[in-house]
Amino acid sequence: MAERRTPFPRSWPTRIGFGLGLLYLAYAAAQLGIDGERLLRGFGEGGRFLARMVPPNFERWELLVEGLLESLQIAVLSTLLGILLSLPLGLMAARNLAPVWLSTPVRGLIAICRSLHYVIVAILFVKAIGFGALAGVAALTIASMGFIAKLFAEAIEEINMKQVEAVRASGAAPAAVLIYGVLPQVASRFLGFSIYQLDSNLRNSTLVGIVGAGGIGGTLFAAFKRFDYDFVSAILLCIIALIFAAELLAGRIRAALR
Amino acid sequence: MSPVLRIKGLEKSYTPGKPVLHGIDLDIGATGMTAVIGPSGTGKSTLLRCINRLVEPSAGAILMEGQDLAALRGRALRLARRRIGMVFQEYNLVERLSVMENVLTGRLGYVPLWRAWLRRYPEADIERAFTLLDAVGLPDQATRRADALSGGQRQRVGIARALMQSPALLLADEPTSSLDPKTAVEVMELMARLTGEAGVPVIVNIHNVELAKRFALRIIGMSGGAVVFDGPPEALEPSHLRQIYGGENWLDG
Repeated sequence: MAERRTPFPRSWPTRIGFGLGLLYLAYAAAQLGIDGERLLRGFGEGGRFLARMVPPNFERWELLVEGLLESLQIAVLSTLLGILLSLPLGLMAARNLAPVWLSTPVRGLIAICRSLHYVIVAILFVKAIGFGALAGVAALTIASMGFIAKLFAEAIEEINMKQVEAVRASGAAPAAVLIYGVLPQVASRFLGFSIYQLDSNLRNSTLVGIVGAGGIGGTLFAAFKRFDYDFVSAILLCIIALIFAAELLAGRIRAALR
Repeated sequence: MSPVLRIKGLEKSYTPGKPVLHGIDLDIGATGMTAVIGPSGTGKSTLLRCINRLVEPSAGAILMEGQDLAALRGRALRLARRRIGMVFQEYNLVERLSVMENVLTGRLGYVPLWRAWLRRYPEADIERAFTLLDAVGLPDQATRRADALSGGQRQRVGIARALMQSPALLLADEPTSSLDPKTAVEVMELMARLTGEAGVPVIVNIHNVELAKRFALRIIGMSGGAVVFDGPPEALEPSHLRQIYGGENWLDG
């Protein structure tokens, strides 16, 4: 009789790894005091919390609108500033156009912009230049620069250099080569990045207020602290509506660009 | 007639010690088409690109209109480049720009930056661009995007762009190699006719020996980075082709 062949070889390392994973899960839950009783208590609290959130309370709508408008302004301003700064940064960071002595430090600068979470940057700015929308704008501008400049540089590195070569061969000056040979190839992608960044800045601008950098986040945080959960739910609903509207608009613009 | 271009001792090596061009000496006449033939990788393209400095020569001189192109830098180089039109194998149009914008790219060496940016070209340039588009057989395509055109149409735009520079010399690097045989003949005919009318001398790299013999007044055969044949098309014998391309069997049949 022939030896039985194995159709699906068993991998002991996988099993051991899986078992270790389960063990760690149980260990971590025990360490953090997450057990059945804690879960039940948590769900109970959650239920009471949710009950106090309905119905949403729109009585202080002026405060709400003011905060939302400020968030919107922070988002739009920081996105525009970020775009303006990203254009030259992205160009200088593209390794196929800029010399190494320029692209390397600029890439480093972009990496620094990206390395810190924008809430941390917002805290830094609040400490440095004081409470208010200016700190939020500054923090989100830094975040936008990091994001758009990096993607823009990558888009430029993927362009067709033959088209650039043809423009250069016509005797065009470097600036004209950029306008005619490089930008047409990346313009639509750059617009796409910018719209995406506006979208995420809208979301981000609702958060920077929590650390005192302006916008609806501050109102939200204050409402939490005063246990005004019905007002909290009103704010949350408005933020969701705003983000939905932005998403719709961005989708429209993207479709029009195609 | 005095030559428009004198190449003296031109050498190029991409990696030191492995020269692609071994001391090329050539005089290019002020009219007519000169065809450069030779196997792939023999330095035809490098030769052409050294002339407008898309490739940096390692040694030698390229004299045109009283200056050495090989020694130019910055603005002087750009001023020289705008007098040298170039037609590419893969057309190299900026695909996201319109046909008109691509043709006007030929004026970038002449017009100020703000005019180019705002598309406010001098009226004479616009007229000339339309005239050239008529001449290359694309009278109604000015506003189409370049990537909407067929290969043959793109190369016609490429020719219009090069002529838009009012060049003193036209370089064509394998202008027909991406085209079907019929379109290739049409494009060569067009290029020969328009440059003939404008009195612009042409140097064309070409793989198709028949096309070279049909349109060129002078054939230059290159092999291994050196000129091994230089003469009128009638003088090009099978023995020369064997010398240029090597082997024999491909000549039968």
